[in-house]
Amino acid sequence: MTMRGYLRSDGRKGIRNTIVVGYLVECAHHVARDVAMPFRDQDVHVIGFPGCYPNEYAETMMERLCTHPNVGAVLLVSLGCESFNKYKLAHLVRQSGRPVHTIVIQAAGGTRKSIAEGQAFITEQRAMLDQAETVPMAPGELVIGTVCGGSDGTSGITGNPAAGRAFDMLVEAGAACIFEETGELIGCEHIMADRAITPELGGELEASVAKAARYYATLGYGSFAAGNAEGGLSTIEEKSMGAYAKSGASPISGLIKPGDIPPRGGLYLLDVVPDGEVRFGFPNINDNAEIAELIACGSHVVLFVTGRGSVVGSAISPVVKICANPETYRRMEDDMDVNAGRILDGGATLDEVGSEIRDLVLGLAAGGRTKSEELGHQEFILTYKSFTPIGPSCLPSA
Amino acid sequence: MAHIAVEDSDSDSRLLLLDSRDNVLVTKARLTAGTVLRVSGKSVSIADDIPLGHKLARYDIPAGAKVLKYGAPIGSATTGIRLGEHAHVHNIRSDYTPTYSLIGEDRRYGDTP
Repeated sequence: MTMRGYLRSDGRKGIRNTIVVGYLVECAHHVARDVAMPFRDQDVHVIGFPGCYPNEYAETMMERLCTHPNVGAVLLVSLGCESFNKYKLAHLVRQSGRPVHTIVIQAAGGTRKSIAEGQAFITEQRAMLDQAETVPMAPGELVIGTVCGGSDGTSGITGNPAAGRAFDMLVEAGAACIFEETGELIGCEHIMADRAITPELGGELEASVAKAARYYATLGYGSFAAGNAEGGLSTIEEKSMGAYAKSGASPISGLIKPGDIPPRGGLYLLDVVPDGEVRFGFPNINDNAEIAELIACGSHVVLFVTGRGSVVGSAISPVVKICANPETYRRMEDDMDVNAGRILDGGATLDEVGSEIRDLVLGLAAGGRTKSEELGHQEFILTYKSFTPIGPSCLPSA
Repeated sequence: MAHIAVEDSDSDSRLLLLDSRDNVLVTKARLTAGTVLRVSGKSVSIADDIPLGHKLARYDIPAGAKVLKYGAPIGSATTGIRLGEHAHVHNIRSDYTPTYSLIGEDRRYGDTP
């Protein structure tokens, strides 16, 4: 197996050469979707921001996603009157060395003309990107995120610890691995803080979970869905203990926020809960928001552990579906890349499934595709949030 | 650590003990009502179906006591939970934020087709 990637101007390498179609307000969403429709099997993915009011977080997210190493070219679709700073976004994408084109629907003459203009751009770019050269790539150049969704009573026993083993192996190989959802680490903050490479970072990790607990308490609900209870999880603490296992056993090298790129290899916690007073509602309104944030932090691949059975995929980086529950796996095998449920019956060890996940991740840079990619999944959501930059203790130099 | 659970020779092999400090066991398979199981050396009959991945009490858990899983508190018992009894949202509450569930809503409004 030879890993290869597309070398970008910032030195990062991509394992895909995706064309992003980004709408800059919901009013441009239909045009963006219609532009991309004929190319749905050709790595053309639609992302976007629905809001008409400006938001720094959303603009940063769009910028990081459009200049992600897995992205080769960008088409922006603006209605024309929204507040999103399309000039700045196009400028930053252009500066990154990627072809970029902005369609303003009001200037282009409406829906039909915009779609034709967009499709011409994509046809031209796809042909060029398909000729692009690749260069050798090493496991240590990868950034990998992990999320769990549709969790149940098996997630914390099979899928999450197996993903944690894969993380340990990938961190050992020099990769940067990111775990998240501080709202699902409630109750684990102290054991987690003990793994920080400095006491000051440990304090930051604890503070991020305390912030999440406050935030969710204000909203009245924990990061807990009805299906979690159906699957045997009784409380947020129980769900947290299971979710925490995704992080593996490596020391924690840093705390980052959405859009921050890990500066080097190691294990990082992504703090997804907004700073300040509760303003825009739930921190992540569903799993897809978390996946988008992991990708915005540079993740080439996202490990998604599910017990109840999630089917979602990503707009930019392949999502690896790790099924924790053997009954779910039997029912939904077409959507699952890894059957971690066999650990429950002694059919495999955590280490064996961890190695399988690691090999699958590396294989995605050597021609492999995930089930969700083959099925064409590209769920995406981006909503309003606000963050302050990370503090000086969050990224101690190792 | 290569094992997902600790040895519990006093309980049925369809049940997992995740940590020796725990007062709940996790079901490795779906258990149907009427199934007779050994739990902590005692024979118990399961009152209602218990799906895979759910918990049952390893010991009698008094009302107000912490429920322990993975060796850590995952909430408090809202009522006494008898050995072998299904331990879930009907008798455990979070010590942080309340749990939202749709359990029982199918019986109330009719199941989806």
